[in-house]
Order: sequence, then C-alpha cells, then structure tokens
Amino acid sequence: METAIFVVCAAICLSGGLGVVFSRNPVHSALSLVATLFGIAVLFLNLNAQLLAAVQVIVYTGAIVVLIVFVLMLLGVDREEDLDTEPLVGQRQLALVFAVVVVGVLLALFTFGGREVVTGQRQAATSPDAISATESNIAQLGGELFTDWVFALEVTAGLLTIAVVGAVLLSRRPDRPQPIPEPESMADQGDEPLLRSGEGE
Amino acid sequence: MGNIDGAYLVLSALLFAIGGAGLLVRRNPLVQIMCIELMLNAVNLTFVTFGRMLNSITGQVVVFFVLVVAAAEVVVGLGIVVAVARRRPGATSDDISLLRG
Repeated sequence: METAIFVVCAAICLSGGLGVVFSRNPVHSALSLVATLFGIAVLFLNLNAQLLAAVQVIVYTGAIVVLIVFVLMLLGVDREEDLDTEPLVGQRQLALVFAVVVVGVLLALFTFGGREVVTGQRQAATSPDAISATESNIAQLGGELFTDWVFALEVTAGLLTIAVVGAVLLSRRPDRPQPIPEPESMADQGDEPLLRSGEGE
Repeated sequence: MGNIDGAYLVLSALLFAIGGAGLLVRRNPLVQIMCIELMLNAVNLTFVTFGRMLNSITGQVVVFFVLVVAAAEVVVGLGIVVAVARRRPGATSDDISLLRG
C-alpha cells in the first residue's frame, strides 16, 4: 500500500516539478508547484509525519503559493515567456550537466555508500528523541520544539519579524511626493501653535 | 521500514536537480523563486525520510525550521521582485543589478 501511494505521489511530484521549469506561462508554473507540494504533503503522511503534512498544505499551498500568485497578478506578468531564445550561450547545456551531476553523485552515494554513510548514523538507534509509538506525532513534535529546540524557535520568531519589516521597507512606493520632509513639516505643525500662543501672550 | 526509504531519497534527489536546473535556466525571478521552493521541499522530504530511517523526531523538527526560513525567504524575495519590477516593468533576473543604486 505504501509503495502504491509512493509511486502515484512520486509521479505527481516529478511531473509538477518539470511543469514548474518548462511552463511558458508563470501561472502554470505556480499551479504545477501546487501539485508538487501536495504530492510531498501526501508523502509526509506516508512517512508518518502527520503534523508536517498539514503544515505543508497550510503554509505552502495556502500561503506561499497564494503570495506568489498575488505578486504575479500584481505585476501583470501573466503572459507567455519566450523559452526558445537562449540569451547566454550554453546555459541550458550547463544547467543540464549540473542536474545530471547532482543526481549522479547522489545516486552513487545511495547505491555504494551504505545506510551508515547516507544517514550519518554512528550509534544505535535508541536515542532519547526516538519516534514514540504511544505519543501522537504533534505532541512529540511540540514537546521537542519547546524543550531541546526552544532557542532556535525564539530566533525563528526574530527572523520572521525581520522578514516582515524588510518586506514592508522594500515594497514601499519610493516615488511618493516628498517622502523625506514629511516628519519635519509635522514637527513644525506641532511647534508653531505653541510659538504663536507664546507671542500672543 | 523497508527498502522504500531509498526510493524517497532518489525522488528527492530528482526534485532537487529539477529545481536547481530550473533556477539556472529560467529568467523570470518569480519562476526562480518557485524553483527554490522546489529545492527546499526536496530537502524537506530527505529530512523526514532520514528521521524515519534513524527513528528520530529531530528530522521533522528541522523541517519545521526550513518551512519558516522558506516563508521568510519568499516574503523578502517577492519584495525585491516588486521593487525591481516597479522601476522596470517586465524585469528579468538580469535586472537585479538595479539594486546597486
């Protein structure tokens, strides 16, 4: 059963990935990306990572892809792209060589290096953070996050705040009429009534 | 746990290579961001598979942080894309040199 689900989802993931790269229309690329992310979510379920499957659907297909499609529509770039011309000579060939080398090296590693080389396992599998059979996936993941990984979690909160502030700064419209003198004029407006009232007395 | 773990690793290697090749080939910055997402997801799949192979929950915890970093990366990347496209509509990734000033 697991193998059957894996085969179906692997086909969906690979066709979606190829669709992202080879679609002329960026919107089609985004929809292919949704297919791939959904297939990976089902594979997470297959691997007994139920919480991650839900988060994958919510965060990726619910937030990130929607954000990408929003920007796509905002910029009005939903037009076909000319994929036939090649601006840099040999770019596609080099990219193909890169892909083949990556896959080849990884496959050679999986084939010839054993399980210890691939996973980096040094000791026996009885570690304190072993996946428990009794506790639910979400309870164990939450417990791990708020005990061993709590510092990384806090840093993550800082990272998200910085990202939001950076996005606001980057996407602010720069050609607003006189954006820089605005605080000074506001400060003047605050000062002038005081001065006038002082003069009146 | 069976030999199918190897198949997961092969699938994620293929997805990673597809994403990397797309990142190198495509010129639309939005499609490039999508290719980066593809690569990150391939790595996520590898982490969860390793977590199952090693019978450890840590793989899934790391995937959590990769998700957060991916979200932050997309937000900042799209901000840059919008900022560049406002100056030059129809900008490709070659026009990112506009950021120099």
